Amino acid sequence: MRVSGKVWKYGDNVNTDVIFPGKYTYTLSEAAEMALHALEDLDPTFATAVQPGDVIVAGRNWGCGSSREQAVICLKAAGVGAVIAVSFARIFYRNAINNGLPAIVCPAAVAALEQGQQVEVDLAAAEIRCAAGVFSFPPFPPSVQRILAAGGLIPYLKQLLAAERL
Amino acid sequence: MGHTFAEKLLARNAGLTCVQPGQVIDATPDLVLSHDNTAAIIRTWRQLELPRVKHPERLAIVLDHAAPAPTTQHAQNHAEIRRFVAEQGIPHFFDVGRGICHQVLCEEGLIRPGMLVLGADSHSTHYGALGAFGAGIGRSEVAALWATGTLWLRVPESIKITVTGRLGKWISAKDIGLYIIGQLGAEAGNYASLELHGETIAQLSMESRFVLPNLMAEMGVKNAWLAPDQVSLAWVRAQMQDANPDLAEHFFAQAVYPDPDAHYAAEFAFDVSALEPQVACPHAVDNVVPIAQVAGTQVHQAFIGTCTNARLEDLAVAARILQGRRVHPDTRLLVIPASARVLRAAVREGYLDALLAAGAVIGPPGCGPCMGNHLGVPAPGEVTISTANRNFRGRMGTRDADIYLASPAVVAASAVTGRITHPAELE
Repeated sequence: MRVSGKVWKYGDNVNTDVIFPGKYTYTLSEAAEMALHALEDLDPTFATAVQPGDVIVAGRNWGCGSSREQAVICLKAAGVGAVIAVSFARIFYRNAINNGLPAIVCPAAVAALEQGQQVEVDLAAAEIRCAAGVFSFPPFPPSVQRILAAGGLIPYLKQLLAAERL
Repeated sequence: MGHTFAEKLLARNAGLTCVQPGQVIDATPDLVLSHDNTAAIIRTWRQLELPRVKHPERLAIVLDHAAPAPTTQHAQNHAEIRRFVAEQGIPHFFDVGRGICHQVLCEEGLIRPGMLVLGADSHSTHYGALGAFGAGIGRSEVAALWATGTLWLRVPESIKITVTGRLGKWISAKDIGLYIIGQLGAEAGNYASLELHGETIAQLSMESRFVLPNLMAEMGVKNAWLAPDQVSLAWVRAQMQDANPDLAEHFFAQAVYPDPDAHYAAEFAFDVSALEPQVACPHAVDNVVPIAQVAGTQVHQAFIGTCTNARLEDLAVAARILQGRRVHPDTRLLVIPASARVLRAAVREGYLDALLAAGAVIGPPGCGPCMGNHLGVPAPGEVTISTANRNFRGRMGTRDADIYLASPAVVAASAVTGRITHPAELE
């Protein structure tokens, strides 16, 4: 699986309240609607300008705060192909994997990538390619790879349930 | 080599003799929490086309985040949840007005030492106050738990914090928690299991203890643990109005304590005897300063509420400060008790009368405006001082509104003067 697009670069400790405001958490249920509010309180230009395949590049502790899964769903529905960060808050990381959004820890790539640059993420090769070079990241453990390959936790569980029914 | 609380509890839960940090286990939670987000979880779970949830008796559902419903859509979500609860025969359901999920589950005696509690709420770390392993997870994971009863968990590294020193007059658990987060930073506990040790922790009342594991979520911890003891048992006994001596045995039956020679990834020690009231400034919980640095900042709204600080002792200190005084005319004071039981007790003790006489607005037990749904959303440019656990930009529903976090005593004193105020100034 490959992701290719433009870099949107942000800083440290970006929390889920600015990724997807809490006031929408019980009123917006469609992913496409959520996408319109992605990063609303962090970068008001993002939701209208983001293109499919674009990649968020962030500092430490991306996605800290609330457990709200919409913080992942809104990014995915907006077209974000991957998030590359120095580190992730643990619930955001789980939510990302469980919704089939690659969450990649690669501090070297974060240091090299700049806002607006082209970047390609090759998940199979566990590589990030950009103007500054090629950066490797540790491959996902097999259990995580299976969830990502299925497109998320629920599709993965569906596969398991279907197999048991056979 | 001994083992930490997290290692011992997760090994037992997974049926293993021993686990190491970094190991991934299949965990079977004893209790799975969801709240208003249950409506979304139901829709996800329905995609799996299963007729029944796996262990209805292990689910707890509390309507608190936007309760009573502020809009038709919120009301429809609540209605959908009530239908689901009836359809699946879920016994632990607490409807609008019962209170904030974390407070309610503890009051109901559903949390005991040594339990594994997973919740679709980041402040599920709260349950560590009673010696349980409480951790936040996502909505899809709760749907998966309803389907299978198990979920993968990574065994966390453990961090040990030891707190010593006698607290000053106006200093509370909130100040200890904010101070630790300010010192160590928002990421210091990411993925880790935090153990809070030391004489200061052991001497805290049960109501104060709840503040710490709750607030430690803001340091990124997976869970935060305090040693359960007779103080914990006495609080639960009082809540359950259960004088039966057998309760003690039942309560401690699964309790887990770390080994004295356990290995920690990091250890910190804090002496809090000289601690001043702490304030977290906009827009991050680790942006913490002693109150002197922000004293005098005008506040338009003062909010005493949330799972962090809206228990009886919090309302008691607020009532003591506001007794015979008035809320400043340019400031609104909003008080939202953590639960219906807290509200009733506050009525009985006369705290509510003191607060109302001072001009406070009392809201229905629940999360209130903590995350911007209703009941106290600030206007752009307004400043709120709050007893909550988050002050992120937009958190209370308005992007350009500052939020300061502090103890109930500081929030009450600030409501009187209309400015961030050390309660000692009113003495």
